[in-house]
Amino acid sequence: MPLSDIWFILIAVLFIGFIFLEGFDFGVGMSTKFLARNDLEKRVVMNTIGPVWDANEVWLITAGGAMFAAFPHWYATAFSGFYLPFVILLLAFIIRGVAFEFRNKVDSKAWVKTWDWAVFIGSILPPFLFGVFFTSLIRGLPIDGDMNMYASFTDFVNVYTVIGGVTFVLLSYLHGLLFIGLKTVGELRERANATARKVYALTGVFLILFIIFTYLDTDAFTDHGAILIPMYGLAVILYGLLFFFLKSKREGLSFTMTGLVLIIIMANFFIALFPNVMISSMDPAFNMSIADAASGDYSLKIMTIVAFTMVPIVLAYTIWSYYVFRKRLTGDKEHLEY
Amino acid sequence: MMEEVLLARIQFASTTLFHFIFVPLSIGLALIIAIMQTMYVVKKDEIYLKMTKFWSVFFLINFAIGVVTGIIQEFQFGMNWSAYSRFVGDIFGAPLAVEALLAFFLESTFIGIWIFGWNKLPKKLHLACIWLVSIGTVMSAFWILAANSFMQNPTGYVLQNGRAEMNDVVALLTNEKLWVAFPHTIFGSFATGAFFVVGVSAWYLIKKRNVDFFKKSLAISLVIGMLSGLGIAFTGHAQAQYLMHAQPMKMAAAEALWEDSGDPAAWTLFAKIDVENRETTKRIDIPYMLSYLTYSEFKGKVQGMNALEQQMIERHGEGEYLPPVKTTFWSFRIMVVTGGTLLGLGALGLFLMFRKKIVESVWFLRLLVVGIFLPFIGNSFGWIMSEMGRQPWVVNGLMKTADGISPNVSAGQILFSLISFSTIYTILGIIMVVLFVKFIQRGPEEQPEEDVSATDPFETGGAGHAVK
Repeated sequence: MPLSDIWFILIAVLFIGFIFLEGFDFGVGMSTKFLARNDLEKRVVMNTIGPVWDANEVWLITAGGAMFAAFPHWYATAFSGFYLPFVILLLAFIIRGVAFEFRNKVDSKAWVKTWDWAVFIGSILPPFLFGVFFTSLIRGLPIDGDMNMYASFTDFVNVYTVIGGVTFVLLSYLHGLLFIGLKTVGELRERANATARKVYALTGVFLILFIIFTYLDTDAFTDHGAILIPMYGLAVILYGLLFFFLKSKREGLSFTMTGLVLIIIMANFFIALFPNVMISSMDPAFNMSIADAASGDYSLKIMTIVAFTMVPIVLAYTIWSYYVFRKRLTGDKEHLEY
Repeated sequence: MMEEVLLARIQFASTTLFHFIFVPLSIGLALIIAIMQTMYVVKKDEIYLKMTKFWSVFFLINFAIGVVTGIIQEFQFGMNWSAYSRFVGDIFGAPLAVEALLAFFLESTFIGIWIFGWNKLPKKLHLACIWLVSIGTVMSAFWILAANSFMQNPTGYVLQNGRAEMNDVVALLTNEKLWVAFPHTIFGSFATGAFFVVGVSAWYLIKKRNVDFFKKSLAISLVIGMLSGLGIAFTGHAQAQYLMHAQPMKMAAAEALWEDSGDPAAWTLFAKIDVENRETTKRIDIPYMLSYLTYSEFKGKVQGMNALEQQMIERHGEGEYLPPVKTTFWSFRIMVVTGGTLLGLGALGLFLMFRKKIVESVWFLRLLVVGIFLPFIGNSFGWIMSEMGRQPWVVNGLMKTADGISPNVSAGQILFSLISFSTIYTILGIIMVVLFVKFIQRGPEEQPEEDVSATDPFETGGAGHAVK
């Protein structure tokens, strides 16, 4: 396998890790508005991701850095092409990141309320924008022969991409609710699980719509149907199983299901793209292939060595960090660290 | 096209300068906090625990802003500078990716464990976490400077496929520029953290509040500040020697030298620069100084911009090759003056401390409070000199800044992002100052006494740190 293909897979893995981990962070952020009923509950909810959200975000930053290093043309075309959506994405990340730190630093209702909104907006916009980003990637974007992308509003915002965005938001929300269910006790835990059961149907509808529109609006199934049909089929089956796990209150399994569905959906984007990194809606000849976009072999070789050394170490201490904070937050002084 | 270049440059400058207010303070405070917590674990004296917690309030507020502005930093290459990204991604992207893998994961994971793990981990393991954060911040600086050093002094590459491709990673990482810039930046960062702690402690000593607590804080930070100051001076000297042979145009601009200097060369303290007529008048010179700065001996001449420009034209064809002379010249001076002042403050401070007179020397403590701002000024102008002095190149000798921008991004779009980001920078900057002032005034006695979980976690403002 050429090194550039390995890096394509590595970047896919980074985005998969990102959506699995930040997925519940986003959902938890949304839950501060939709689930928590008072300041006490909001704090417990935020606490569930307190020790980990920052590291989870690094998956995205690393994915971005890896795109830059391994596929400079992909990085350059996509990041300049998605200029305005990325500005909004960055603003959302900024306000969410500081909100966690600032929220309780000043004893004022207006202050706390402001940062609550920041947490909420900063948690609901990014999954929507990522949904839009990945759906439009496989749908095709106006990329010219010089690899420059000149997208209009409807290239970003159309039925398919909006469905993709909403699907990501809902799945993240569900994923986050189930995470809260896993990390809290008592009434909050009950309510998180109950809310998950309520959101289940709507999210399912969007998941199905998303798959249908992927079939209608992209060439993904024509080119990669042999893999994508069983993959999406698996996602639907797992989502179906989730219904029973929610009903029988199997929290760990429920959370695993939403996680797996997110992982499959993200993986499918990369399967659909292969062997391209970007698809041109202007002319198939302008599609950017993995090989076209990649760095030279020497550079890829060096980075492969670094990645294969470092990723296991990073995974090891990441898992350890979840182990350290494995206990549920009871809300009493013993377990809540701040 | 000119408009886009200008806006994209303003955007890059504002983002980078803003980001670099927080980064050095984070690097410096992480080290100081790690030292304080080590003293707590070793000496088992509660006062060091209180110190660790008090100073970490500022560290964490600051760290949060540093992290979020750092994301823009990584995105903006692709967003505003796509042609640049295509040209250098192969060699410039690699250190950024390694930085994320090696440093970002480390610092963000262990800072989470450290903040929330006070009562969950054995003391020594918990201490190891803050050291890993500190090491992470320093490694992060190394890798981003490895990338920047390539822009200043390209090494380890070959030009093929229309771009700069890496062909020698050892050459990339042994870049001479990297090994002068990295220690210089790190000492600058340690000094930033140290003089922050020094200045705040001095303020308390003036007010006679928590004297014992802040005398100890002052002692630790003064020693670090002084050592960092010395480090800055020595590595600054190494930077000048490097500049002389690798980026002589930057050196000449920093000295506003149009014609070659005399031998031995004098260092200009102050001068009137006329860029249009290419002359520098009313120089106030320190004889021999420039020769010493660049060659470590009291002889040797320095080339002027006119001759260097001619060489550039011969090598690269007709064009503009002068960096903004006044900016480079004055940034250099501001940086040197702030660095020198810090060194002086550190030395005098240590002297007074050993004579046990520092608490009574209110005039000096007042100076130390003002000294909080000096490293920030020095850091910023150091970068302005370094980046402006490299112009018109984005990668020295290989690519001009104007050729690096995204051709598909309009001036309107850049303006939109520029306004959005600067608005949010302004808000964050104000909030940081307000929160810092608030927590400085509140003082350590109001901070949670021992383990934070003893205070009611649900009361707003109940727990002093890490209120996420």
